[in-house]
Amino acid sequence: MKITQISVFLENKSGRLYDAVSLLGKKKINIRALTIAESEDYGILRLVVDKPALAAESLKKDGFVANITDIVAVEIADTPGGLAKVLGALSKDKIDVEYMYAFVEKQSGKALMVFRFENIDKAVRSLAKNKFVIVGKKEIQSL
Amino acid sequence: MDPESLKNIQFERLKEIVKYVSVQSSFYKKKFAEMGVTPKTIKGISDIKKLPFTTKEDMRDNYPFGLLCMPLKQIAEVHVSSGTTGNPTVVGYSKEDVDLWGEVMARALCCAGAERGDMIQIAYGYGLFTGGLGLHYGSHKLGLTVIPCSSGQTKRQLKLMTDFKPRILACTPSYALFMADEARELGLNLHKSSWEIGIFGAEPWSESMRREIEKTWDMLATDVYGLSEIIGPGVSQECQHKKGLHIFSDVFFPEIIDPKTGKEVPEGEPGELVVTTLTKKGMPLIRYRTRDIVSINYEKCQCGRTLPRVSKIKGRTDDMIIVRGINVFPSQIEHVLLTVEGTNPHYQLIVDRKSGGMDELEILVEVEQKFFSDEVKKLQTIEQKIKKEMESTLGFSAKVRLVEPRTIERSEGKAKRVIDKRKI
Repeated sequence: MKITQISVFLENKSGRLYDAVSLLGKKKINIRALTIAESEDYGILRLVVDKPALAAESLKKDGFVANITDIVAVEIADTPGGLAKVLGALSKDKIDVEYMYAFVEKQSGKALMVFRFENIDKAVRSLAKNKFVIVGKKEIQSL
Repeated sequence: MDPESLKNIQFERLKEIVKYVSVQSSFYKKKFAEMGVTPKTIKGISDIKKLPFTTKEDMRDNYPFGLLCMPLKQIAEVHVSSGTTGNPTVVGYSKEDVDLWGEVMARALCCAGAERGDMIQIAYGYGLFTGGLGLHYGSHKLGLTVIPCSSGQTKRQLKLMTDFKPRILACTPSYALFMADEARELGLNLHKSSWEIGIFGAEPWSESMRREIEKTWDMLATDVYGLSEIIGPGVSQECQHKKGLHIFSDVFFPEIIDPKTGKEVPEGEPGELVVTTLTKKGMPLIRYRTRDIVSINYEKCQCGRTLPRVSKIKGRTDDMIIVRGINVFPSQIEHVLLTVEGTNPHYQLIVDRKSGGMDELEILVEVEQKFFSDEVKKLQTIEQKIKKEMESTLGFSAKVRLVEPRTIERSEGKAKRVIDKRKI
């Protein structure tokens, strides 16, 4: 039910984002979703890719600081209030979202979002209980 | 004083102090025994070369009170400066030592042109840092009226200057420039300031900085030198001719040595300043290695003084840097990082002088796989923790910046720890 996210530490200097994504390109790793969280001096690039293990290994080998985290991808109705429904259910169960971002691809009528939770197992149970569709590793790879 | 009489005084005092420490100090007793020297070894002032050196490491190894030559009860005052690692350097002063401090600092003030009845604004920090109290004792000894401002609160400093009209200002040279910026903002006419003489020290500064201060404030800017291990400010001081700092060699005997061989270098050649305190009682030091690179000139000065003149500091034998008057050793930074993260992180110090004249220290810390997180707040927590620990160790606030691994320049496999961008 969980999928793997790669996080990469990037200093705020020109060319570093390019370095990271071009490395993944060379390794024929496809990026499914990404976001950057930034502070004054650095950013954290977060990625969902088709080959997470290879991506993490390649980045580290190339001198990047990178780690992997479990996150959850959830299908959301691509209609007004779709995201609010999911967040409302989580909020009712007192589950905090650390951060979230959207996928590039989407299936017809559905948007796909990834969530990072403080307590992922509790979050998965809540989502399942509320009948939201959680997208698994295999589906991410075949997107 | 003619050089021969000075030499005789130095010789008599050296004999006395060697006798004193070989009885009073278990540290020197042991050191002298290892080298086979006794008070009888001293038959002339040049025999000082036969005595062992004392180093900053000796101070660290004997922390806190191992180098005292009298019971702690008889120590009148202690001062503390940065050590190379966790422990600071501790100096104990007897009542006589505090008097000596006042005496040499009074001489220094006099040398710069101060006269009984003048008013002095002391904007050096008071407290464990020797700057404030050193100037304070000397001013009383000379009979000056003291405004003990301590450092900071610039607006108030400027108000007191405008209202009280002190003739003398004592602070770090960078603070003198910093105050100028603030004064301009307040619309003050800097050339109308009451300050005529500045006693500037506690950090390295150049001739160009001197010109800038003199032009900005229309005052005489003189250099004062000292280090807490010896006494604090008052070891040497420039006169109005500004051609080297007169070292009070009747009480602080100077030698200039090659730091590698320990041998004396010829007059005028650069070398490490080594100082023996000839009359101190609380914690006398024999041949203390200051790690400051200077040269010495024994010629009589235009001002008439025969005291030798030591140049401005040309460099250091170690990697110590001085930021806002405070000694900073890269090893201290390393020590803090080790305690914060339990790792051996790579770091680099960047010192820069901002346009206002104040120095800023930025500490770059390479992010380690171990403490990296996908969450910004976790990294920020670590940054804050490092910053807080640094502030409590260094005594001032430094900027901490996390950088990618291997971004810190390494030359021949060794990381370059300090980048000093100040033009001094």
